[in-house]
Amino acid sequence: MEDIIARLPEMLIGAVTTIELTLLALAVGIVIAVPMALARTSRLLAVRALPYAYIFVFRGSPLLVQMFLLYYGLSQFEWIRESFLWPVLRQPYWCAVIAFALNTGAYTAEILRGGIQSIPKGEIEAARACGMSPFLMTRRIVLPRAFRIAWPAYGNEVIFMLKGSALASTITLLDITGMARSIIAENYLALEFFGLAGVLYLLISWSFMRVLRFVEVRLNRHLTPPPQPADANA
Amino acid sequence: MIDLQGFGLQLLMGATMTVEIALGACVLGLILGLGCAAMRLSGIAPLVAVAKTYTTIIRGIPELLVVLLVYFGSARVLTGIAESLGYDEYVELSPFVAGVIALGLTFGAYASEVFRGAFLAVPQGQIEAARALGMSPAHAFRRILLPQVWRIALPGLGNLFLVLLKDTSLVSVAGMEELMRKTSIAVSFTKEPFTFYAVATVMYLGMTVICTLALHIMERRANLGYRPLTTV
Repeated sequence: MEDIIARLPEMLIGAVTTIELTLLALAVGIVIAVPMALARTSRLLAVRALPYAYIFVFRGSPLLVQMFLLYYGLSQFEWIRESFLWPVLRQPYWCAVIAFALNTGAYTAEILRGGIQSIPKGEIEAARACGMSPFLMTRRIVLPRAFRIAWPAYGNEVIFMLKGSALASTITLLDITGMARSIIAENYLALEFFGLAGVLYLLISWSFMRVLRFVEVRLNRHLTPPPQPADANA
Repeated sequence: MIDLQGFGLQLLMGATMTVEIALGACVLGLILGLGCAAMRLSGIAPLVAVAKTYTTIIRGIPELLVVLLVYFGSARVLTGIAESLGYDEYVELSPFVAGVIALGLTFGAYASEVFRGAFLAVPQGQIEAARALGMSPAHAFRRILLPQVWRIALPGLGNLFLVLLKDTSLVSVAGMEELMRKTSIAVSFTKEPFTFYAVATVMYLGMTVICTLALHIMERRANLGYRPLTTV
């Protein structure tokens, strides 16, 4: 118990790294996912092909391989090591963020595609009939609707990304898992510190779920019945 | 053609091991999942609580952490159990068994939710009808409930299996010689990380495609009695 209390500050620093990695990856992932999902639902085969391939590769192979490919793999090429990108790609932190973002981007794109495709056809037709340009329609009708429909599924993806971020520990980053592993390498208390790491993850995923739920309620505010007056039965 | 410098066979052996771990974990996970779903649906408070705790914890912590916990935590627990039984030896799980247990625990937690949904989706009247025909509860479970649950749960379980297949790469962290680990070994010899990790990616993609096709066939078979009507 004393060991755990003494090492708690380090574990909390690890928790900050975990949250940072997750949120960064999710933010970049959304930026990737939106155009990919829109292109994926295009009628043109040529436009559909690239997002299809991207989603297939990143959903079909393990995140660990993708991260290793980026972190260890790119150094094989001389021209990358001499390019201006190298200061970024050399760092495990940014490699992890990029790999996570590409991975979650693919899953998010697929979730968004589901959202886009389940928008009632009539709403799209109505937007067209109002004279909206495709761009305006996408911005004002398609994306807000798709996000609202896809939000619960996206919530799952957020939790998966949080759990996936533990892989960062395999490329020397000191997130929760990485911190636990380095502490255990000193004192061999595997059960205690992996257990503590588990508790921290549970706490973080629980608070993420609260936030997600809060946003979901807000997104659907116009659909929730108005609060009944307190003295309705009086 | 890519030069694998003699590591091709090693990678294939690794891929075989990956499939073996995935299948082992799948069998264990299905048993755990079914048991857990049964406990959740039993309505007996302590059983429900145990099953709920298990699924909540496993689904809330990273798979990698589960793998690490089972690998590095199990030895002490097992030795402790052995000591309390009067043996004073150091007990340790083989890497394969530990990997199967770690991934099976994860698979089981998610599978229990899939099974629970599937059990609830079978109309109650069918069980009543089976009982009315004089089937024993066990008989009704085997002949009426299970085939339908299988049909409903199959797509969900299929997705879980694809996730599991990719999660097998995590046991490489603990030294299990599956595809990922074999690839890392090849990398450390050849100093060609991109080539080999790219080959591993392609092999994982290949396995994913094969599994997707196999699941498709299984779903078609399970749905034989449910051909959609073609005429209105």
